[in-house]
Amino acid sequence: MSAKRIRKPVLAALGSAAVLLATACSAPGGDAGSTTGGATSAAAVATSCGSGPVTLKGYFETGFPLPKQLADEFTKQFPNVKWDIREDQFAVITQNAPRVLADDPPDLMRLPQVSELVKDGLLKNLDGYAQAYGWDKWPASQLEQMRVGSNGQRGDGPLYAQGLNFSMTGVFYNKKLAAQIGMTQAPATLADLDSALQKAKDAGITPINQFNGGATGGLAFPLQNLMAAYGEPGPINDWIFQKPGATIDTPSNLQATQHLEKWIKAGYFASDINSQDYATMMSRFIGGKALFIFDGDWESGNLDKQMAGNVGFFLMPPSQAGGKQAAMSAPLTYGISAKAANADCAAFFLNWVATNQKARDIDVSVGGSHPMGPSDAYMPPVKEGSITAATLEAGATIGKDNGSMDFIANATGAIYAKSWTPQLQKLAAGQQTPDALLKSVQKDYESQVKG
Amino acid sequence: MPAPVTGRRARRARRPGAWLGWLFVAPAAVMYAVFVLRPLGLTVQYSFYDWNGIGASTWVGLENYARLFTEPELFATIVHAFELILFFSLIPVLLGLFVAATIRGIAQSRLALVARTVLFLPQVIPLVAAGIMWSWLLSSTGLANQLLSAVGLGGVTRAWLGDFGTALPAVGVIGAWVLVGLCTLLLLAGMSKIDPALYESARLDGAGPVREFFAITLPSLRQEIGVCVTVTVIAALASFDVVYISTQGGPGNSTMVPGLEIFYLAFSEREVGRASALAVVLIVLVLACVLPIQRLTRDGSR
Repeated sequence: MSAKRIRKPVLAALGSAAVLLATACSAPGGDAGSTTGGATSAAAVATSCGSGPVTLKGYFETGFPLPKQLADEFTKQFPNVKWDIREDQFAVITQNAPRVLADDPPDLMRLPQVSELVKDGLLKNLDGYAQAYGWDKWPASQLEQMRVGSNGQRGDGPLYAQGLNFSMTGVFYNKKLAAQIGMTQAPATLADLDSALQKAKDAGITPINQFNGGATGGLAFPLQNLMAAYGEPGPINDWIFQKPGATIDTPSNLQATQHLEKWIKAGYFASDINSQDYATMMSRFIGGKALFIFDGDWESGNLDKQMAGNVGFFLMPPSQAGGKQAAMSAPLTYGISAKAANADCAAFFLNWVATNQKARDIDVSVGGSHPMGPSDAYMPPVKEGSITAATLEAGATIGKDNGSMDFIANATGAIYAKSWTPQLQKLAAGQQTPDALLKSVQKDYESQVKG
Repeated sequence: MPAPVTGRRARRARRPGAWLGWLFVAPAAVMYAVFVLRPLGLTVQYSFYDWNGIGASTWVGLENYARLFTEPELFATIVHAFELILFFSLIPVLLGLFVAATIRGIAQSRLALVARTVLFLPQVIPLVAAGIMWSWLLSSTGLANQLLSAVGLGGVTRAWLGDFGTALPAVGVIGAWVLVGLCTLLLLAGMSKIDPALYESARLDGAGPVREFFAITLPSLRQEIGVCVTVTVIAALASFDVVYISTQGGPGNSTMVPGLEIFYLAFSEREVGRASALAVVLIVLVLACVLPIQRLTRDGSR
């Protein structure tokens, strides 16, 4: 082949690329900035699904049967409403959320951390519905995490999402293994827990199994529990809600991180936590291979079935006997796209989930967590001695102690994958110090909040 | 060969044929322009903006590129990619040469066919499945550790993919396993083209199998080796699937590679501009590595 003949197509290709470049040269991005959700006023709303046929477009999290069963029950009660449901793993939903909300708006969607979605004007302001349905008369703490101010701070401002229920986290334990080390009741103080861990280790039992592999830094669960044992939940929430001047690098959090490091160095965690994902942790715990896991009540139904009678739950004990207790507790957030076609009907569904007796039954029996709604609302009966009963009771304790916290992993959209996970993996491998860990997370947090 | 075209008129006379040629190329060319050139151009464009993928964007010039070289985490991903070349290129090509030469020696037996099939199987298995399989094999209770314990090496067992020191080499081993078969097959095909008379005369001159390999096989395979190295170096630098399935970049970013970092930047951190800048740098890196290889292995005599 001669050089002359080859040059022509190459030139043509380069030329077309240049043309394409030139046409594409307007700045990327839409006018989304001008339609900030915070500005949309709460207009008059319809509080029903009407009587004509409606197809609600749902985007749910796969692996959790609750939303699907609620949807089915809803259709049973309101036959004119049909569903068009798409499911994905939570990680995929997190990555897709902005584009799906913008380009293929669902009526109802499982939401990741909301503040950035609100900044981009992608979520519907639910204040109108909150007034119409009386959500604003529910205990304020239920909706706090889903309120977003105009600058992206959470905890205050218009409501942008609603929960199907709200979850409670703590420590699950294997009763048979607990009996082996003579642990007959839940540890009352942090020191009690420490000694239980040591006894388990001495007995050749893996004291704690916690997922911490891949992109899932599960040590965030015990870490945040320790933070609340050493300090107050208030400042932790301020940090998560992006309140100005909030920092995670506080003396009490440092003590908590040092305590976690002590557990790691003492060999209280399974040696391979850095390669374990969530499913591995669950299957090992259910298989009786560890005494404790730090997890949430979304597993209550599952554990009641698979380890019936052999599993217990307690809230992280306080550092002093009788002290206040705190726990991560968050609503299972669902929101409505700002461009949703059937927003009224989706909001009606959300209200129905919180107030309908059958829906609340499903919430507890399938979801295992506390339903949303007024504090005097109907509570479904639960089986005495079951894990579901224990986690619901823990919810009452947290309510009394005002100890509810959002997850430190939810502070910004990227803080979990970008900061907590790698840092906690380094801590688990002995490659990071508690002090440097907190400083590094705080530095990432500041750059993300600013950006 | 057609007669040499000389005058202007003669060239013009050939035009209709040329246009017909473009017509046949058109569907492919349009696809190429829309699905390859346009995204490429857009990526370059996005790399100059600070953009979250949805909202308004701001022009930031070369800042995204500057951050690649000032943020140690981003730069580390590029270093990891080069470490992977060792496993994705060097081992498969060396092992492939050895295996291909061995298989060629027993070419007539049934064993050769079996060996070829077994070695090529990893190419047929989807990488995602391979990644899942290997993460089981390398887990703390997996086959690799069981074998080690069985031969009395229980002391070195560990969660290979969850250990800071071994995670990246473990990912490399998965890549090597995938690519050995490809290299073997390519090299074997190249060997079958070598004139048997060359081997015969070498043997008459008293050359042993080793001498034969270095004097005849290796030089004759220059182009095939070039293809192997090119393909595997690209696989190493642009690796994504194996890492995503087996470690997701962990533990503590120790297996983070540019492909995965681009994905996280764009879809989890929503920094489309920085993701695009890293993608552009990756393209340049791949070209900078592959073009010299192409030049080196080009056969001068043809």
